Amino acid sequence: MLLISCPHCGPRDEHEFAYGHEAHIARPTLDQQNTMSDAEWADYLFMRKNPKGVHFERWVHARGCRQWFNVARHTVTHEIIKVYPMGEPAPKLEQK
Amino acid sequence: MAEAYTRRSALQHFGLTAAAAKSDVAGAEIVIGESAHRAIVNIRGNSSDAAFIAAVKSVTGVDLPVKPNTTAQSGAFRVLWLGPAEWWVVTTGGTEEKLVADLRQAFAGQHAAVVDVSESRTVITISGASARDVLARGCSLDLHPRAFGPGQCAQTGLTKANILLDQTDATPSFDIYVLKSFGDYLWQWFWLIGRDYKFAIKAQ
Amino acid sequence: MSAQKNRVATGGRIDRSKPIRFTFDGKTYYGYEGDSLASALLANGVTLVGRSFKYHRPRGIISAGPEEPNALIEVGTGARREPNTRAPQIELYDGLVTASQNRWPSLDFDLGAVNSVMSRFLPSGFYYKTFKWPKDGWLFYEKFIRRMAGLGTGSQETDPDRYDKLYAHCDVMVVGAGPAGLAAALAAGRAGARVVLVDEQSELGGSLLSERERTIDGKPAAEWVATASAELASMPEVRVLTRTTAFAYLDANMLSCVERLTDHIGPSATGPRQRLWRIRAKEVILAAGSIERPLVYSDNDRPGCMLASAARTYVNRYGATPGQRVVIMTNNDTAYQTALDLTAAGVSVAAIVDLRANPTGALAQAARAKGIEIIENSAIIHVKGTKQVREVDVQSLTSDGKGVTGSVRHLYCDTVLSSGGWQPTVHLHSQTRAKVVWDDGIQAFVPGPIMPGQNNRSVGSARGAFGLNEALNEGHNAGAEAAAKFGFSNVTGNAPSAEAEPESQPLRSLWIVPSNVPVGQGGKHFVDYQNDVTAADVQLAHREGYVSVEHLKRYTTMGMATDQGKTSNVNALAIMAGLKNVSIPEVGTTTFRPPYTPVTFGVFAGSDKGDFLDPIRKTPIHQWHAEHGAPFECVGQWHRAWYYPKAGEDMHAAVNREVKATRDSVGIVDASTLGKIDIQGPDAAWFLNMVYTNAWTKLEPGKCRYGFMCGEDGMVFDDGVTSRISENHFHMTTTTGGAPRVMSWLEEWHQCEWPDKKVYFTSVTEQWAVFALNGPNSRKVLEKVVADIDLSEEAFPFMTWRDCTVAGVKARIYRISFTGELSYEVNIPPSYALHVWRALMTAGEEFSITPYGTEALHVLRAEKGFVIVGQETDGTMTPQDLGFEWIIGKAKPDFIGRRSHLRSDTKRPDRKHLVGLLTENPNDVLAEGAQVVEHVKDKPPMTMIGHVTSSYYSPNAGRSIAMAVIKNGRNRMGQTVYLPYEGKVIAAKISKPTFLEDGAPANG
Repeated sequence: MLLISCPHCGPRDEHEFAYGHEAHIARPTLDQQNTMSDAEWADYLFMRKNPKGVHFERWVHARGCRQWFNVARHTVTHEIIKVYPMGEPAPKLEQK
Repeated sequence: MAEAYTRRSALQHFGLTAAAAKSDVAGAEIVIGESAHRAIVNIRGNSSDAAFIAAVKSVTGVDLPVKPNTTAQSGAFRVLWLGPAEWWVVTTGGTEEKLVADLRQAFAGQHAAVVDVSESRTVITISGASARDVLARGCSLDLHPRAFGPGQCAQTGLTKANILLDQTDATPSFDIYVLKSFGDYLWQWFWLIGRDYKFAIKAQ
Repeated sequence: MSAQKNRVATGGRIDRSKPIRFTFDGKTYYGYEGDSLASALLANGVTLVGRSFKYHRPRGIISAGPEEPNALIEVGTGARREPNTRAPQIELYDGLVTASQNRWPSLDFDLGAVNSVMSRFLPSGFYYKTFKWPKDGWLFYEKFIRRMAGLGTGSQETDPDRYDKLYAHCDVMVVGAGPAGLAAALAAGRAGARVVLVDEQSELGGSLLSERERTIDGKPAAEWVATASAELASMPEVRVLTRTTAFAYLDANMLSCVERLTDHIGPSATGPRQRLWRIRAKEVILAAGSIERPLVYSDNDRPGCMLASAARTYVNRYGATPGQRVVIMTNNDTAYQTALDLTAAGVSVAAIVDLRANPTGALAQAARAKGIEIIENSAIIHVKGTKQVREVDVQSLTSDGKGVTGSVRHLYCDTVLSSGGWQPTVHLHSQTRAKVVWDDGIQAFVPGPIMPGQNNRSVGSARGAFGLNEALNEGHNAGAEAAAKFGFSNVTGNAPSAEAEPESQPLRSLWIVPSNVPVGQGGKHFVDYQNDVTAADVQLAHREGYVSVEHLKRYTTMGMATDQGKTSNVNALAIMAGLKNVSIPEVGTTTFRPPYTPVTFGVFAGSDKGDFLDPIRKTPIHQWHAEHGAPFECVGQWHRAWYYPKAGEDMHAAVNREVKATRDSVGIVDASTLGKIDIQGPDAAWFLNMVYTNAWTKLEPGKCRYGFMCGEDGMVFDDGVTSRISENHFHMTTTTGGAPRVMSWLEEWHQCEWPDKKVYFTSVTEQWAVFALNGPNSRKVLEKVVADIDLSEEAFPFMTWRDCTVAGVKARIYRISFTGELSYEVNIPPSYALHVWRALMTAGEEFSITPYGTEALHVLRAEKGFVIVGQETDGTMTPQDLGFEWIIGKAKPDFIGRRSHLRSDTKRPDRKHLVGLLTENPNDVLAEGAQVVEHVKDKPPMTMIGHVTSSYYSPNAGRSIAMAVIKNGRNRMGQTVYLPYEGKVIAAKISKPTFLEDGAPANG
């Protein structure tokens, strides 16, 4: 069971959290929505990365403070490399 | 309001008063009970705004606990940290309407919110030398005195219910705030786990 | 009491003054307190304890620990019968009932043993090769094969025991209480750290419990263990768990451990049987010891063949000898200690056969001095005897060790002990996905670098440091360092110390001990006893092109089943490496996965069963529903009253009555489970505009509006009525099941996408109990208990709300309807819910007010064509598909899902539409989920054009009604379609999805 450091509450067991989805997928602006093709919109909606390595993802402390935050997690080792707040860009990390 | 006798606590149907009368609280390893009908008011606001902190203090006398998972008390008012912009003000039951009104007035002009949630929760109290052992059956938090103590609170899970856990003294004693719909489940869970301990029911 | 012929007179950790009676295969035996089942059987001279998995060969006890591959026992009777329990790990208690497995009709005479004679026809992959054709052949063969195969049989009855589980936390967790683990726990404990020490055995000490002569800090080992145990027990922050197996090393230093609380007491015990510990440590010290490897020699599975170290444990710890006359074969020095210990116990050691030439280590010399014959550079080439070893043949090895030469010696013996070197117990290290690396010096895999975040260190023989002093030193240092990491640096005392190790010589690896006939002919060289995998099977796998260890494992089943190859993995890898002529690490290693040893299912469940499997959420008047006979329907975790049968009524009659009474007069339903969210802030209306498809800006305070929420994919996600309380304050309702999902949806969009918007969301689902009065007389009922507001249509119109008091209780009433009837949703504080409900029932008496449950609620809404999200929708329906084109805010620039409604696929005119279905026979009630076809064929496949989403009998329409989603449905009005299911075909006509004459939705 993962131990995730909520940016507010500190380390808590995985079962207190809910996984959202890949982080840093910006919602297209209205202008972009109105000019982008169906294929581009589908890409925003459905296409997600599935790396073997560091994955940037969004979690919420569902059973705790209910705050969303970003996590850089290694999908092979399960190591949580970094926890960082919403709105902050993905950190530059050495690929392990 | 209707006559008081028409009001029921979430766990009243378990016959807690009668059970408490028969309980040996002094010889118990854990003592559990229901502390019903507390006034619980959810407040939201910006804790980096001095005006917000001042407003809370003006109504409750409490210095807003801005450190995560802590509580602060002043007189009858206890303020519990729920999130970076969310707290509960807990006080004597029956005063919630006035508290909501006072807080709304104090927050006038700020982006803040006040919501009465008194009726949504009941409180199960657990106290005694084995209280931590019992909670460890369903709670993954480290409640060892080196890690958790009076003045700390946490929203977490207890078995499969979501709770807010507030340690009220070093006995240790805990207040467990739980949605009323989960009240039967959680109370019966305590009975289930408690059978391996000497446990007593405490009257409210 | 029968004599225990293989029990030595004195010594060991058993209590000869406390005899214990037990049975094995129906026969009564006696052992002593402190015995394991294995030691007691050996003491009684019982060496045949089971039959092998595939060939049904007679088998005896191989080991003295969890690695046991052969002696798998059924323990207990009736509901408590547990199969595949390892005899060395079963503690005796009075009345223990045990039985051998995998034999019929008896252990001594087993019909399945014909497989042994037929073994040349049962090679590796036999089942795969033979039963895979014809195509469906396996389905036919399987039931016969299953009967023959498999190990023990579990009880079919409900487990009568209960189980406990809990969480625990510590700074330092130590796995294994041998010398290294004890030293680690002492050091960390003395420093003041919070320590958990677990060991699977009944007492602390590990390998020290099997020592005869070693001393630590000047005391006999056992005495030192007792002192250390007492000191640990005196430390308040040290928790010592015996009979506890750390079976899984999970993420972030969480170890799952099972503590066996009553298995050594038996059914008379009270309290939980076992306890699951989920221990989150900051640092883990792995001191799990090592496991001896058997040598792979011809017919090495005959009862009486055993690991050399196991014999040592049996004689030193349990005072039980494996036999009377022993031959030992070894490739290293440790087996010499066994010879010395057996000799000291009066057992005759016929000879030590050493694969090495010229053994001159200190122990070898000590053995020689005791007069034990050492036959060097030689091998056991045959083991004679079927149910018991009778004799072995010994021959000299050729210089390359691949063959034998010279004259054959015959040695009479009843026991053959072997030692093929030691493999560190790297299982927990490996479970973290960390690699193991090959150490040429000790010819074994040792732990490699740890995984990030998995803070552990292996010490002592678990990392290949086999010396006692090394173990004590490493353990002490690890314990001290780990404690210091967490601020506990004041370690008192030095590392315990033992006398120097006897000087030893390196081992000689002969992964297959040769015979005078080729491997695979004559006797069998077993590699994996439990799965009956031989060296010849590994050779066959190699010949057939299975190149990797993972292939080998799956092809031969080597390393599978209850022992997970604890004694076989390295031997198999090494044999494969030899065949491929590569180094052992080049073949690879197997990855160990949890559990280390089998774990009872019950302990995972703990108390989470029955009513505690999933929480039951109850409404404030749950008791009233129960008292009035209502069965409950599960809606998520909620239990909602389903219907209220009166005497003599079945469900159909009760629902019909409730539905009719509501339309004719007045009904009342407990709708407290409805999700409710308080929304406040200057951007509240803006936010609603984004999450709902329709517009909210112009909704006036005091008014309510219905809305659909869509996902960004444009599909309906939830629906409900939201009311404006004041300019910046709204009250949203959601579906019962969708409430938590909608709450987190709002938070996610706010926190992640639009954090600058000023709005707060608070769940108030349980702040309000909700009772909905429905029906033409609902206003008349309410008027009797509401005095402070005007309830008339003019003063309190549809889709508005008012604050008032109901039966003296402060309330908020919403004039919204889910039945199409005149309706009031009365919201009151839950602590007054029963009072208000009773008041409404009393007020309604003169109108025959009828409480109705969720079933009637469904029928009532379906009669008017109201959809239920999650029933009419399944994540592929847009509001437009449901016929709600009008609810899409055309003037709004943006809302979640808008862009998706413009996709070519969502704009298709022939998508699946929500329609009604009227069966030709009005009494046919369609099955929900039934598939709709245009053209019926004799049998599937048929082209399916949709399915039934809701179906009921409507007493108000006087016929069955159904809703369905059908491809291009709105353009098929009046068309007859067919529903073939359960051997019949029902014809139905497509209609609008409203079934009463004034069928416009959302009015009342």
